[in-house]
Amino acid sequence: MNGHLKRGSVAVVGAAESDLGQMAPNTSPVDLMAQATMRALDDCGLKLSDIDGVFSAASQVRQGPMPLCEYLRITPRYFDGTQIGGSSFMALLTHAQCALEAGLCEVALITYGSTQRSVSRAIATPRDYNYFETPYKPLLPISAYALAASRHMHQYGTTREHLAEVAVAARKWALMNPKAWEKEPLTIEQALNARMVSHPFTVRDCCLVLDGGGAVILTTAARAKTLKKTPVYVLGTGDALSHVSISSMPDLTVTAAARSGPQAFRMAQLKPSDVKMLSLYDAFTITPILFLEDLGYCPKGEGGRFVSDGAIAPGGKLAVNTSGGGLSYCHPGMYGLLAMIEAIRQVRGECGQRQVKNCDVALAHGNGGVMSTQCTVIFGSQATV
Amino acid sequence: MNDLTKESPLGTYMEYGKKGELAYQVCKDDGSVVFYPRAVAPVTGSPNLEWRVSKGLGTVYATTVIYGKDKPPYNVALIDIDEGFRMMSRVEDMDPMQIKIGMRVKVCMHPAADKQPAYPVFTAAQGTK
Repeated sequence: MNGHLKRGSVAVVGAAESDLGQMAPNTSPVDLMAQATMRALDDCGLKLSDIDGVFSAASQVRQGPMPLCEYLRITPRYFDGTQIGGSSFMALLTHAQCALEAGLCEVALITYGSTQRSVSRAIATPRDYNYFETPYKPLLPISAYALAASRHMHQYGTTREHLAEVAVAARKWALMNPKAWEKEPLTIEQALNARMVSHPFTVRDCCLVLDGGGAVILTTAARAKTLKKTPVYVLGTGDALSHVSISSMPDLTVTAAARSGPQAFRMAQLKPSDVKMLSLYDAFTITPILFLEDLGYCPKGEGGRFVSDGAIAPGGKLAVNTSGGGLSYCHPGMYGLLAMIEAIRQVRGECGQRQVKNCDVALAHGNGGVMSTQCTVIFGSQATV
Repeated sequence: MNDLTKESPLGTYMEYGKKGELAYQVCKDDGSVVFYPRAVAPVTGSPNLEWRVSKGLGTVYATTVIYGKDKPPYNVALIDIDEGFRMMSRVEDMDPMQIKIGMRVKVCMHPAADKQPAYPVFTAAQGTK
């Protein structure tokens, strides 16, 4: 599909989070979507009535874009409620690009909202009964990722210290992000000695459980040039899926990012080393390790050693999850949209203390389900188009 | 051709389970092993699926230990069964932290209770594959 999408044909013109953290009682996910939408419109100077494409996914909102459209009384020409977990927003971005290129809409809104912290994860994301898994009481999704970590450790000598490096790097970045939930430093020892949840994961290997949402607005490259801020272009996208249940994942050490990444790089006509900053979906500390391997930043099995010695922390060799990520900034159940927003802001140069120098290309990689769906988006500045 | 109005893949699997047997399928078109049970084989799309009973021996492929707030730690593992399929289960009757990847295990059927049908669990087995 991406062979037919045009590099740089569409651009992000507006991006914003909703309020993040802990919402007041009875706040709804759609309240957060609406708030983020208005902030993203303000970011680009467009009006609600300009939106003619709505792309939305949320585990608490089964009917995709319908509740938000009702709430804001907008009647889009084109809409899509693809729900494939946390990577939905990268996939929705690809779908928005398709719709924009085909002229099915001209201003596309991608939005998300969640109150999972307020209502509990069990209520926000109920799980279907699976005869082949549910009787064993895996703590999902955590145990699925813990199983993958166990296999990676066995096969490649990855250690709990390597996992802790990912958590500590995220925390160091978060301390430079005023919007991050975590405000205190974290050491490797603290991460290792934290409460065990699903071995080898302690609570510090697991993402935050917060309320929050966001919105991103895309339009055609031509219209983007007329708006308030410098556009951030979509250079490449790639989507891949491999399974839905962890017991059906073909190889627990290789994700479908090994397919989505090359697709995105091919479309972008770029290579991994061209990317200055990466948002890698960090629901658990093992995922950035897997994605660094699968996206081509180190050989398979070397991810743990790659992240050692602060390599992905501030001042390290590769800027990863500069917002503090799902581990220390915000994880509202499906993190993909927030991962994209940070990459967009880095390309814009809006990240203040944590800004990566000369960040003309940034990659946002989304993960959905239990490593089930993998979607990669590469963003670039005007100069890269 | 399977007749789903008469018999479901999971229903048949559970009937084997009641007898203490771990069943799986083989696609008669290409000989591939199929698990979980299906009405149609993956890849080939064939309905020609033959039921077989596993010898019940396998090797731990991945393992985790879950630390709940009000209960003792327990194991969840992925087991590679010798006949060529993988399943989620747990290894019982040992310290869950001592369950290692590569360990040989043998199936036993956890008895049915209330609404929960019998399901396969594993214990440590001697030897290697």
